Amino acid sequence: MPLVRYITAEGNEYEAEVPVGNTIMQGAVDNMIDGILGECGGAGACATCHCFVDTDWSDKTGEAGDSEQEMLEAIPGADERSRLSCQIEVTAELDGVVVHLPAAQF
Amino acid sequence: MHSDHAIIIGASHAGAQLATALRQQGWGGAITLIGDEPSPPYQRPPLSKEYLAGKRDAEHLLIRPAELYAKHDIQLRTGCRVIAIDRAAREVELGSGERLGYSKLGLCTGARVRPIEVPGAGLEGVCYLRTRADVERIRQRVTPGGKAVIVGGGYIGLETAASLRQLGMQVWVLEMMGRVLARVTAPPVSDFYRRYHEQQGVNLELNCQVQAFEGGARVERVQCLDGRCFDADLVVVGIGVIPNQELASETGLEVANGVVVDACGQTSDPDIVALGDCCQQPNPYAAAPIRLESVPSAMEQARCAAATLCGHPTPNTSLPWFWSDQYDLKLQIAGLNSHYDQVVLRGDPDSASFVAWYLKQGKLLAADCINRPKEFMVAKQLIGRGGEVDAEQLADEQVAPKALLADPTQ
Ligand SMILES: Cc1cc2nc3c(=O)[nH]c(=O)nc-3n(C[C@H](O)[C@H](O)[C@H](O)COP(=O)(O)OP(=O)(O)OC[C@H]3O[C@@H](n4cnc5c(N)ncnc54)[C@H](O)[C@@H]3O)c2cc1C
Ligand code: FES
Repeated sequence: MPLVRYITAEGNEYEAEVPVGNTIMQGAVDNMIDGILGECGGAGACATCHCFVDTDWSDKTGEAGDSEQEMLEAIPGADERSRLSCQIEVTAELDGVVVHLPAAQF
Repeated sequence: MHSDHAIIIGASHAGAQLATALRQQGWGGAITLIGDEPSPPYQRPPLSKEYLAGKRDAEHLLIRPAELYAKHDIQLRTGCRVIAIDRAAREVELGSGERLGYSKLGLCTGARVRPIEVPGAGLEGVCYLRTRADVERIRQRVTPGGKAVIVGGGYIGLETAASLRQLGMQVWVLEMMGRVLARVTAPPVSDFYRRYHEQQGVNLELNCQVQAFEGGARVERVQCLDGRCFDADLVVVGIGVIPNQELASETGLEVANGVVVDACGQTSDPDIVALGDCCQQPNPYAAAPIRLESVPSAMEQARCAAATLCGHPTPNTSLPWFWSDQYDLKLQIAGLNSHYDQVVLRGDPDSASFVAWYLKQGKLLAADCINRPKEFMVAKQLIGRGGEVDAEQLADEQVAPKALLADPTQ
């Protein structure tokens, strides 16, 4: 199973094995990793799963869709690394991916 | 009584979140999560959306993987019903007669569908939509070209209409009021949804009240008060829910429209919290205590109630929000719009991308954002800030959404 590494705003690191086909949001929620809420369960409606994809991995995680991009642009503290983690599906290629969690979700 | 045992009654959004939040906040004692449905906690919102439409399977409905509960030492008892709470003995009684002692109790019993009380309501083929089992029942009656009559033009009725339409059924929606979503949105939003559904081939019948269901072994027709009559192979009734508060009232806890709790989730018994669809709580965005039916609200209440049970009473101050997916329409609602005195539109409903802002005395209360994710994010922040807004700017597409956040006093 691919390994996802979550680094919190305080610098704590958590690792989780996430089945292929699940999302990075689900991986965090399933492993009770604080920092990602996922209030809409992955419907892309809430933006409480905001994360920063480590720049070494952004090629592999791909680009945000239109609606996601619009939400990201209005999240306080978001930058060009920002993604909604429920929109990133884990693949074998993403084994070892690093995502940074924001200090707060909005 | 038991020294350190949290029992949670109801294993859905509120209960599952309370159990895990208790662990996250350091609850060291035992946790038992009791639910009367056969499945581990699963998500309800997709039931009328992707799950009914066949775009998501049962495994991907689970709120958390089934193994997670044991891993965090949470005893999950599914298919198990609590029939009474004995507060004097601090015990709950299960349907089997077994009694379990608690030191803290979480009431997460949610709500049940409001039954329609007309002749023929018991006919086979008259369905409701609240649980996974309900969806399985509906699905058995789905046939391309078959006739589905939906009673109730609220969110659940309209989402169900969209999903059944996508499955190739002919669909009628019967709404008692003069417009769909009458209780929750302003007329321009209702009109937009009516037209959009009609464009998708749904037949919307307004001012239409059901008088009886007719048929032999199964439902065949829906008869309405004014004489309108519709053939039906399947009926789905979505006319609201009733909070499951009997356990609470029978044990002497205060109830109103839901179990009465304070801002921290506490009931009139300090060892018992209530949260989710079954409770009524004060909310900084509402004039009076309110019973909210939404997943985000249940989750936020769970985080606060868990802290409260762990000895750190934490008020829930979160901004209510909601969403609904129909066809390719993504509706996101921020805030509570009750008692608005002005509605301002941004964008043209005909483009299927617009916002209805709800104001009261120049302050923003709420926003319905249809395919407008950016405005939704901005609305959450604007309402949260509680500041005055400039209605002209809200309406003006030339003003970028983010610019609406600029402080007008600066
Ligand atoms: C079809 C549908 C679509 C929805 N769409 C959305 C949406 O898009 N966005 C949104 O925010 N919300 C949506 N909702 C609302 C949302 O699902 C509810 O707000 C949420 O489920 C509330 O969670 P809860 O845990 O409080 O209650 P419930 O989900 O009602 O769960 C309560 C559970 O407790 C069990 N129970 C009750 N009494 C007992 C007992 N005595 N012993 C044991 N178990 C008991 C019940 O069987 C049930 O499993 C939707 C709801 C439905 C039905
Ligand atoms: S979980 Fe809601 S947008 Fe990702």
